[in-house]
Amino acid sequence: MNIHEYQAKAVLRKFGVPVPRGHAVYNGNSARVWAKRLGPGPWAVKAQIHAGGRGKGGGVKIAQTADEVKRYASLMFGMNLVTHQTGPEGKRVNRVLIEEGCDIADEFYISFLVDRVTSRVTLMASAEGGVNIEEVAANTPEKIFFETVDPATGFLPFQARRVGFKLGLEMPQIKQLVPLLLKLYKAFVESDCSLLEINPLVKTGNGDLICLDAKLNFDDNAVFRHETFDDLRDYDEEDPMEIEAGQYDLSYIALDGNIGCMVNGAGLAMATMDIIQLFGAAPANFLDVGGSATAKRVTKALKIILSDEKVEGILVNIFGGIMKCDIIATGVVEAAKEVDIQVPLIVRLEGTNVELGKEILANSGLNLISADSMADAAEKIVNAVKEK
Amino acid sequence: MSILIDKNTKVITQGITGATGLFHAHGAQDYGTQMVGGTAPGKGGTKVDGFPIFNTVAEAVKETGATASVIYVPPVASADAILEAVDAGIELVICITEGIPVLDMVKVKRCMQGSTARLIGPNCPGIITPGECKIGIMPAYIHKPGPVGVVSRSGTLTYEAVWQLTSRDIGQSTCVGIGGDPVNGTSHLDTLKMFEADPETKAVIMIGEIGGNAEELAAEYVRDHMSKPVAAFIAGATAPPGKRMGHAGAIISGGTGDAASKKAFLRECGVSVADSPADMAEALLKIWQP
Repeated sequence: MNIHEYQAKAVLRKFGVPVPRGHAVYNGNSARVWAKRLGPGPWAVKAQIHAGGRGKGGGVKIAQTADEVKRYASLMFGMNLVTHQTGPEGKRVNRVLIEEGCDIADEFYISFLVDRVTSRVTLMASAEGGVNIEEVAANTPEKIFFETVDPATGFLPFQARRVGFKLGLEMPQIKQLVPLLLKLYKAFVESDCSLLEINPLVKTGNGDLICLDAKLNFDDNAVFRHETFDDLRDYDEEDPMEIEAGQYDLSYIALDGNIGCMVNGAGLAMATMDIIQLFGAAPANFLDVGGSATAKRVTKALKIILSDEKVEGILVNIFGGIMKCDIIATGVVEAAKEVDIQVPLIVRLEGTNVELGKEILANSGLNLISADSMADAAEKIVNAVKEK
Repeated sequence: MSILIDKNTKVITQGITGATGLFHAHGAQDYGTQMVGGTAPGKGGTKVDGFPIFNTVAEAVKETGATASVIYVPPVASADAILEAVDAGIELVICITEGIPVLDMVKVKRCMQGSTARLIGPNCPGIITPGECKIGIMPAYIHKPGPVGVVSRSGTLTYEAVWQLTSRDIGQSTCVGIGGDPVNGTSHLDTLKMFEADPETKAVIMIGEIGGNAEELAAEYVRDHMSKPVAAFIAGATAPPGKRMGHAGAIISGGTGDAASKKAFLRECGVSVADSPADMAEALLKIWQP
């Protein structure tokens, strides 16, 4: 789960992490009011979308007067901000953060994340701050260093000092860095983050350390134990169909192709997308109905697929384990009663209760095509869509 | 022979009074697995469908001699359940549960350091040694005893590979679902080492997916140490970067973990890689004949 920069900074502020004073606003007039409240300029005006690289796309401006704050903010509202992380269609800006300006003397990169290789939380740091860290990792990996955290002790002061010396900091800054990193780690663990990124961490002209940007991702599996996260979720940032699917515990991701897929299991769902592409077409979505789907949820899944206007054919690929084939078959039949399926529908069933499932489909009178294997199913749907 | 489990393995179910736990305890028993009981705190001393229930895993181990445990408790209680099994001296802990917070698993892994217990999963279908022992949620009928080891991060894609083998009259030694989470108990590499050491396993199918570098680490082992042929499939060639494809671990981030680079590296290491998920068995048969 992603949240906005201003929300991430509010979370970090609660843990005592130094962040700039600022306020999120929803229109230009409010931007001007808040600029004045925050005190003398300059101010940073920052578009709030769930994507990085905002500066290059015109989503971050420095304003010298309150009127300028209003002007910049007004230009941002409603714009489709395109960055390297948004895709070509960009993301609409609905919220803007007005923040006190910062006198930048030096910039650093800091993040905490869960490292799969060590199965530990790991700190990543670099003196190359304020730039795209992925480029640093690709071009000059020696400029990035790591500290692995033992969950039994947590992040330790000596590790923080080591980071400070490697970043080339002087003692006055290292004395600030140690508590700052310990607080970031505490925020990471207590908020069940999957990523906490400060880029840049800034040394100001006065020699103070402050987190000028902040990105937090929460672990979706842990959201259940943080009631307050509901308030941080910005549904405008998410695909409406993905939101609706989520409400039925369906894992759905919209894609660009024209063949809708309904599959059980994430791996098989990805593999089904892959095989469609191998047969020369493109999947319209990723959809995992999960292991414990009911006929009702299967119906809902089919409705969601059909609500996508790009969909010209549907491939149902089920290998029943927990998921029983008769449940899937019943769901498909129920869905066909409620919505008129006017596109070709290919169904491939295998696994638990497969005979029962095939019987239900055969007796339904539905106009669907059965397939014997995954390749057979993919070939049939791709051909059926081409012939239309 | 096989790895991890065979006809002598005694298994308890943690969460046996839940609908899922009980359904699959029956499924395993019907297959011939020695399902010797289960735990449900507060219901110790009673029975459910003939399975004796214990309050604690320690008590269940003492009374039944179980060496393996399968976990079907909800995500909020799973880390605790795994560590209870480890504490009770269970040698093989199989956690089926999906949706466990990743930092819970980080703690579990730390606690298991130095322990001889092995964890399979979480978020996995379990393990089956065809004809002998089934622990988990996989459909039994698709399997057949034989020489091919199967290891996978994905449940249903494992079934697909197994079905391709069985349809060609090729059986399996043991099929291990290691789970789709970023932090799990047993890796592809760990499983390949066990298959290499098992005299009955003659060849291996390894199924991976986008995200992380577990498949690459396993491929290096194939290149440097493995005498048995390995075929592979990597799911997610069409997945867009930055999107979590169902499994928490299946995400391309920072330009790493994409399918094309994984496949290329596996091929460099001598693994026979199937481009299509329909060709997993064929990819193995290109380099090995039963």
